[in-house]
Amino acid sequence: MNNEDYRGLMVFAEQRAGKIHPVSYELLGKGTEIAQRLGIEVSAVLLGSAMGDEARELIYYGAQKVYYFDNPVLRDFDLLNYKHNIARLVNEVKPETLLIGATHLGRSLAPRIAAAIHTGLTADCTSLEVGDEGNLIQIRPAFSGNIFAHIRTTTRPQMATVRYKVMQKLPRDVSKTGQIIRKEPEIIDSVLKIVDKQTLGGVNIAEADVVVCGGRGVKSAADFSLLDDLATALGGVVGCTRPVVDDGWMGREHQVGFSGNTVKPKLYVAVGLSGSPQHLAGMRDSDVIVAINADPSAPIFKVADYGIVGDLYEVVPRLTAEARKRS
Amino acid sequence: MIDIIVPIKQVPDMERVKFDTEAGRIDRSSAAGEINPFDLNALETAVQLKEKLGGSVTTISMGPPQAESSVRDSLARGADRGILLVGKEFAGADTWATSYALASAIKKLGRFDLIVCGEKTVDGDTGQVGPEIAEWLGIPHIAYVSQVREASDCAITVLCEMESDRYGIESPLPTLLTVTKDINAPRLPTFADKMKARKASIETWGAAELADVADVASFGLKGSPTRLNKVIIPSEEGRKGEVFRGSPEDAAEKVADALQALGMLGSAK
Repeated sequence: MNNEDYRGLMVFAEQRAGKIHPVSYELLGKGTEIAQRLGIEVSAVLLGSAMGDEARELIYYGAQKVYYFDNPVLRDFDLLNYKHNIARLVNEVKPETLLIGATHLGRSLAPRIAAAIHTGLTADCTSLEVGDEGNLIQIRPAFSGNIFAHIRTTTRPQMATVRYKVMQKLPRDVSKTGQIIRKEPEIIDSVLKIVDKQTLGGVNIAEADVVVCGGRGVKSAADFSLLDDLATALGGVVGCTRPVVDDGWMGREHQVGFSGNTVKPKLYVAVGLSGSPQHLAGMRDSDVIVAINADPSAPIFKVADYGIVGDLYEVVPRLTAEARKRS
Repeated sequence: MIDIIVPIKQVPDMERVKFDTEAGRIDRSSAAGEINPFDLNALETAVQLKEKLGGSVTTISMGPPQAESSVRDSLARGADRGILLVGKEFAGADTWATSYALASAIKKLGRFDLIVCGEKTVDGDTGQVGPEIAEWLGIPHIAYVSQVREASDCAITVLCEMESDRYGIESPLPTLLTVTKDINAPRLPTFADKMKARKASIETWGAAELADVADVASFGLKGSPTRLNKVIIPSEEGRKGEVFRGSPEDAAEKVADALQALGMLGSAK
């Protein structure tokens, strides 16, 4: 098969409990930009059950075609059935590019598709560019965020998982028209059995516009109420570093860093944390970073826009008061 | 009885490794090699399962000759057998070619019940090799496993974390897991373990040893469908870096002023 036989850009539309994950809309936005430059078509592939309305949403956000596999088996993430049907579709439609959100689901599914259809895959891209030959330049952080690698793919489709919240979605436009193409899924024995499912309520730190994050400098679990107050005054949520989770003071859903959540809020307030490379890897792309730490040599000050050297127990309540005063 | 395979990678110590911003180069000689920290969690998972059910743990690594020290370290940490894939044919492999070589070595080994991988490596950060190995071998996989709930010699039930969703998933064996750092605290080898490992023999396999189970041309750079165009090592981004050291009242007020000017506080919010 020649690379020239592949045409168009396809986005995997991830859904959880029947709702499209916003990263899919972001990929349609970026995909539209790339496709317009190359004069190609943007499509989406959606697997689920009774999701006709959501399929139309994909069109409003930029998909010209939606390949829709509808079957109750596909309602929840079913790794082998997802892989099998997407690989079949890719072999039939032959897109030159296939983009998948770098969520846990996407990063579990994409490598299987890549191995199954014998093509290259680039993980967790934060930027995509079009190269001189119309090929996709995939830019991604590696070495815990210390370097950025520029990668190209010699096979087709060029596959990449793309980090959530780095690409821009297009405005929702209900006047857009497109085609919803219903595909008959081939259901195989899924082998993996979901025995129970739990959705953690509460904080979704990756989505928050403001994150107030505490580290070891906060002396007790109860003292996190100071951070709660500041987060509330700023309209945000509270996060923490890994040691705080290890001590059992907060749940892992609050953890910011390499082994926790990557966040990119408009405002990040780092309180009593030094800024280990692992922590910085999870927050360095925040728009504005404020650091509060007693140690002026703490690495967090190197990435901060505004730093306050001082005792967090004195500074945080005052910053909270200032924020309240101005709201 | 359960026979478990743990693919491991030698990575530079991330606390020490130096980056050359000008040349866009990683100075791997600046830091000693160690087992990828996530792989230690995978190895610990495997050793605990072996202790519970009986059986064996085999580690497989692909890398330069000096990666032997990490394979040896894995023996000190509870593995029974260590294999290193080494040779120029394997060099320059991306995740596709790496997973192909490791899967080929696993095929060569023959029977196994379970493969346990770390969630990702600290240098590559991809998390792709585990699921790709599973695809090559035609077995299921479960990624982001934070707990093993139950295991027998024919099935395993684990907790899988998908951001805010947690799934209990049961898989028949053979299967592959990728585990997060939350799954356990890896043990430290004792002095006696280290001494024993020092004397153990590490098997080294070249590409020729895999010729009967694999297409040797698909190993290494030649078999890699992705290519590195260049590496950019960013110098610290242009942050304002304004630091206030005055009284807490004063500092808080100044920062609040700055945030208000940016529209992050007050009426402009």
